[in-house]
Amino acid sequence: MGGAGRPPFRLSWNWVGIVPFLVFAGTFLVLPTIVLGLRALEAPDGATTLENFRNLTTPVVVDSFRLSVKISLLTAIAGGVFGFLLAWSVLLGGLPKPVRSLLTTFSGVASNFAGVPLASAFINTAGRIGLITVLLKAAGFDIYKAGFDLYSFIGISVVYLYFQFPLMVLVITPSIEGLRTEWREASENLGASAYQYWRYVGLPVLMPSILGAMILLFGNSFGAHATAFALTGGNLRLATILIGQQISGDVLQDPGLGYAVAMGMVGVMAVSIGVYSLLQRRSERWLA
Amino acid sequence: MSIGAAPSGPITEFGTVEGVGMGRVTHEPGGGPPRSRLARLWPWSIVLLGSLYFLMPLIGTVRMSLRHNQGASAAWRLILANEDLWPAFRESMVNGLATIVVSLLVIVPTAYWVTLKLPKLRPIIEFITLLPFVIPGVVLVLALIRLYSAPPLLLTRTYGSTRLVMICAYAALSFPYMYRAVDNGLRAIDVRALTEAAQSLGAGWPTILAKVIFPNLKVALISGALLTFAIVMGELTIALYMAQRTLAPFMADIVRNKPFEAAALTLIMFAVTWVALGMISFVTNRAGKRR
Repeated sequence: MGGAGRPPFRLSWNWVGIVPFLVFAGTFLVLPTIVLGLRALEAPDGATTLENFRNLTTPVVVDSFRLSVKISLLTAIAGGVFGFLLAWSVLLGGLPKPVRSLLTTFSGVASNFAGVPLASAFINTAGRIGLITVLLKAAGFDIYKAGFDLYSFIGISVVYLYFQFPLMVLVITPSIEGLRTEWREASENLGASAYQYWRYVGLPVLMPSILGAMILLFGNSFGAHATAFALTGGNLRLATILIGQQISGDVLQDPGLGYAVAMGMVGVMAVSIGVYSLLQRRSERWLA
Repeated sequence: MSIGAAPSGPITEFGTVEGVGMGRVTHEPGGGPPRSRLARLWPWSIVLLGSLYFLMPLIGTVRMSLRHNQGASAAWRLILANEDLWPAFRESMVNGLATIVVSLLVIVPTAYWVTLKLPKLRPIIEFITLLPFVIPGVVLVLALIRLYSAPPLLLTRTYGSTRLVMICAYAALSFPYMYRAVDNGLRAIDVRALTEAAQSLGAGWPTILAKVIFPNLKVALISGALLTFAIVMGELTIALYMAQRTLAPFMADIVRNKPFEAAALTLIMFAVTWVALGMISFVTNRAGKRR
């Protein structure tokens, strides 16, 4: 089959081969989401309306999105910076090889260690009778009196960082490895210091990857539900928690608004993934 | 607003930098940057800090698991004797294995067919497999329940049928990892040559897939499968709202009510994740060495 002498026009049945995939993805991903989107455009009486999206300005909704954005921004930036520094240290800092493969394996595990076990681990560590809380108290410093609370904005952020910065390590490692030694040698030959090399060559080349990875981290945190749910049982109302509460009990007392919140969430995720892949493509110009 | 603000600074920096380098030519041959002892201290302290942050929650959890007021091993004994644990564990295991099977059955033939016959559609297929990143679990479960629980479908009428919907949703959630793993595997081998060789020996499509393509993708498939398994074992959100008696909802309950037993269970779960994902790097490393 195939080969030379292809007829100018032929009815190809090749597409039939991907029909099972399309049906499956359609049934369990695409169709439910589209129907959700259509419901978000529906008024209680069935008429088409933008009312639900206008109602996204309701204080409950705005507050939940603001909290989600705050946590996601903080953990994306802090996780991104620290994850980059860690990857840089291990890859270029002259550390022994075993440290490197240990870091990759550990990052793989930790970036997937979200949800209930993670919440539990942090309750045991920074909860009211957790290890660090108790140790610091013995040293005369009560973190809970100093304003820390595991079940608050700052606490959730500390917990999220546990999967955020390993994800950064995983995403940014190939880019750092893509920096060519020739560039470094060239800049050294031109008399550049290590600082100058990073300021004018290394970081600029890596910047699209770093930003892209941070945006990926943002989305990763924005869509997270299980960890926050297991930690606070829904007391801290992130956007995802609000959507969950909408499933079990219509807390907004407006199903249509619930669908609009969910679609808003999909919108934020789509934008962040989209920007991530754009930046990724841009960084491939140098690092591919 | 905040998302847009972040990139603006550094991107302009990127713009200016390309110009800057050109003008600066200083003639100082050789002499790399001095690697003093102080410069070496930085990487080590960052790694140390990272390791501390990694390990602290584990140490804290080990400590908590040993502090039950009925003795050091009581938390472990009690959780392992909990009569709801093993059914939940078994159910999550079965869900995990079923998810792997469904995901493989959908993804492998598709990825193979696309590589062989429809390479132009690859970006579209890849886009669809990445949708789970755009649709968070909590949104997906809302969408599934609202669409399939309502008349006339009522797919979630019984526990078993709900479970089936959930397994299919899990398979869909595994697409980003599974498709990427399989696609990478396929690109590392010459699919066309292998297929044509098998065909010229008289093999049909099922034989080609089962005896030629599957074995060549072993490493990729094992990685994808283990990652899928780890995800399903720990998945809370969908199971919670579909009222499934799997491991994560059970565990969330324990965390709320029995902190010491929860600590012991957390360590067990950590071990499961560690083994599943540790095996991935073991399998990939071994394959890398053989080449």
